[in-house]
Amino acid sequence: MQHFLIGNLTTDALPHQWFTLGGTCFILLMSVVVVLFLTYTKRWKWLWTEWLTSTDPKRIGIMYIIMASLMLFRGALDAVMIWLQQALSSGASYGYLDPSHFQQIFTAHGDIMIFFVTMGFLFGLLNFIVPLQIGTRDLAFPFLNSLGFWLYVAGAVFINLFFVIGGDFAATGWLALPPLSELAFNPGTGVDYWIWSLQISGLGTMLGGINFLVTIIKMRAPGMTLFRMPMFTWTALLSSSLVVAIFPILAATIALLWLDRFFGMHFFTAGFGGNMMMYVNLIWTWGHPEVYVLIIPGFGIYSEVVSTFSQKKLFGYYSMVAAAFGITGIAFVVWLHHFFTMGAGADVNAFFGIMTMIIGIPTAVQIFNWLLTMFRGRIIFKTPMFWFLGFISTFTFGGIAGLLLASPAADFQLHNTLFLVAHFHTMVIGGALFGIFAGITYWFPKVTGFRLNERLGKYAFWCWLVGFFTAFTPLYLLGLMGATRRLDHYDAGTGWQPLFITALIGICIIGIGALLQVLQIFVSFKQRKENRDLTGDPWNGRTLEWATSSPPPHYNFAVIPTVESRDAFWNMKQKGLTKPKNYQDITMSKNTGLGIYLSGFIFLLGFAFVWHILWLGILGFAGAIICVIIRAYDDDTEYVITASELRQLEEKETLH
Amino acid sequence: MADNNIQPVEHEHNDRVIFGFWVYLMTDLTMFAVLFAVYAVLRNNTFGGPTAGELLKLPQALAETLILLTSSFTCGLAVLAANAGSKKQAYLWFGITFLLGATFLGLELREFSHLLADGQSFRNSGFLSAFFTLVGTHGLHITVGLFWIAVSMVMMHVRGLTASIKSKLVRLGLFWHFLDIVWIFIFTIVYLMGAAR
Amino acid sequence: MNQKTVFKYVLGLLLSIFLTLLAYKLVVDQTFAGNKLIFAILTLALVQLVVQLIFFLHVGSEPRPHWNLAMFVSTVGLILIIVVGSLWIMANLNYNMTPQQIQDYITSQEGGF
Repeated sequence: MQHFLIGNLTTDALPHQWFTLGGTCFILLMSVVVVLFLTYTKRWKWLWTEWLTSTDPKRIGIMYIIMASLMLFRGALDAVMIWLQQALSSGASYGYLDPSHFQQIFTAHGDIMIFFVTMGFLFGLLNFIVPLQIGTRDLAFPFLNSLGFWLYVAGAVFINLFFVIGGDFAATGWLALPPLSELAFNPGTGVDYWIWSLQISGLGTMLGGINFLVTIIKMRAPGMTLFRMPMFTWTALLSSSLVVAIFPILAATIALLWLDRFFGMHFFTAGFGGNMMMYVNLIWTWGHPEVYVLIIPGFGIYSEVVSTFSQKKLFGYYSMVAAAFGITGIAFVVWLHHFFTMGAGADVNAFFGIMTMIIGIPTAVQIFNWLLTMFRGRIIFKTPMFWFLGFISTFTFGGIAGLLLASPAADFQLHNTLFLVAHFHTMVIGGALFGIFAGITYWFPKVTGFRLNERLGKYAFWCWLVGFFTAFTPLYLLGLMGATRRLDHYDAGTGWQPLFITALIGICIIGIGALLQVLQIFVSFKQRKENRDLTGDPWNGRTLEWATSSPPPHYNFAVIPTVESRDAFWNMKQKGLTKPKNYQDITMSKNTGLGIYLSGFIFLLGFAFVWHILWLGILGFAGAIICVIIRAYDDDTEYVITASELRQLEEKETLH
Repeated sequence: MADNNIQPVEHEHNDRVIFGFWVYLMTDLTMFAVLFAVYAVLRNNTFGGPTAGELLKLPQALAETLILLTSSFTCGLAVLAANAGSKKQAYLWFGITFLLGATFLGLELREFSHLLADGQSFRNSGFLSAFFTLVGTHGLHITVGLFWIAVSMVMMHVRGLTASIKSKLVRLGLFWHFLDIVWIFIFTIVYLMGAAR
Repeated sequence: MNQKTVFKYVLGLLLSIFLTLLAYKLVVDQTFAGNKLIFAILTLALVQLVVQLIFFLHVGSEPRPHWNLAMFVSTVGLILIIVVGSLWIMANLNYNMTPQQIQDYITSQEGGF
């Protein structure tokens, strides 16, 4: 009976270690504060109707970015804990973390930073900017967009849930490689939490990818041919195609791992004819293109930023698009470089090594194009431009380290050392994250209607850049000296401790940068009157998102613009802007809470799988099916804004 | 042609939805590709147990193939009938499709239960895990398809052949054809290649 | 119903049945041996794929640009990369890793010691 009601749950699952107790208390405290705040200011209804149930990509985009920022806090806390342990744990001292806890921390750190921070920020920016850039009012499937966001939230809750129920996370590394992640070696619920967190958020990501792909292909403004699309839209298209191509691989692979654990199958087990190397192979077939999903939109952001702040059109647009295509394509045939040392022969290793090196060519083409865009431009050094220049230095640095790693012979020395860790952090922080920061600063006035404080933004940038090199240069050196990754203790005789301490200082400097960014937002909000953007075009922009007011009305454009060239808005400005007069009725999608309910049921289903609770699983499954049917046969999902209402709205806008 | 001009918005929306569904089908295809790759790698890892050729019965697989193929055909006719506005014919052809699909599923379950009764469980070896998962995932899709047909028929009865219902039936048709295509490869790679010496 | 489209479906059905039976017969009679047989039935499956794409799914008959077709072709490319790549890598790993499989592999490739 007890097993029927609560499955494998026992009182042991309640928090009883210091970190689960701390985590639980923190989560409870935050919830209480939020609940009190909402009740006190009477904002529950507003929150629900205006935000949570919204299908407006702009609102969903903002929610993505808020969620990603919260997860960035969590992931950064993990990073500090890892580095603190490594700085302390030398010789006779064993630091403050036990090995199993340390393993859980670096696992969670990796997963959170990739799936919930970087992906969250990117989907936020894509949601907000892509419809504006291609001159449309919504995504192709507004409901799927809302659902995708809520699945992402459900996944994010799932990855933190072990604090409250369960007590341990996967102690396996961020990809949960078998046989370590099999039931025999990880009998707890940690790996199950890992599986369902990724499965649920991955489903959301895939829905988002399909949505953006269809939107960009089918819903561009009249006249916007493929080769008139802004570079950011191009990269959004390619990144979404990658998502659509690879996330099914991830879903299938971890589903097989789950079958091993749940039904006792033998896909990746050590015995019974399982083949654990197949898991490594498949997960990297997904995993390598995944890092390009993260970085390619960054390339798009840099293209927009460089071109705007150099006040020139992007140099070599066609070669830029071709390079982005090249990177997308080659991304599929390099995955083996993640496991050169697994025992493949010289022919296989050589093929994948060479393909990996080739990917440096299109990347270099892009870097030269950006530099040539700046050449003879009238460059305005605003904060986004600083992030771009910082990116050029870090990315070139990390790229060259990557070329080193691409050589199988060198990789046998460097594999799984901190050199590799430093390399991919250079790419993800110095490439993707700097791009995200550039994008957020660049589009902030569009989102909120006021600019961010320049001075604090530049201080934050310098802290990040200096902190970044202070933190990661030691890791390159340590890696070359042979320090492996995921190291919770090392011998004092190695002499590594000073370098680890330097790295810890580096992350403290980064931390100051992050605090300055938080401060920047507060200060900018206080000074919003001085920084207000009344024109909708604060940077003298070139693309369509600047053609509408800041923040844009929920229908984006009262009249869909007709595009006649690349850099559409720039050319409109050259010709002289005219106010449109002929308003027509427009159709917008209604808000709906079904996305929340549906992802809630899927969450219950995942929870039931983790703890083997049959009735809850059936409930979650049935609930999800019913939600799908209700939505599928709901024909009342849109409302009309009539031409006269639109005229009134627009005239009110002009009065402001 | 005149039809298209009456409601361009509706047409555009339909085009978008079908393309979106097509992209979803592609993701599903990729997922099946992973299962095929896993099966291909594990097919000889029988851990001392019998191989595919020794376990699987070709005549039954052929029967399943022909049944599913015919159902794909009848499903196509059903969608044509629905698009032509003939509710009666749509019921008829979808009904036949449903029966054929259910027969296919019944045969597949029979095969599974025989294997399990013989002690050839998915827990025995990497090969059997891969076999049950690949064929079972397809079966799961067929189950979803059958459920979808049933719901569609009920909704068609309640609401009649509205534009929105028609558009959903077109997608249902795509889904069903797609399942048949996946089955061709299961038949070839699992059954025929298993029996080929 | 549109006669022409119905005709297309009938033709597709007949062709598919023919190809299925042909492949079945090749295997039952073991017309070819070893890799030749596998090559033959895989080719027949691919032909049937094309038949069903054209006659059932009407791929390529949509108005330009052929986005559906483009999506399908790139997915096929992706699938080839996944399947062929995995098989190549895993065979290579087997060759280099497990002693028993090395033995089997060398025996099958080079006819024993």
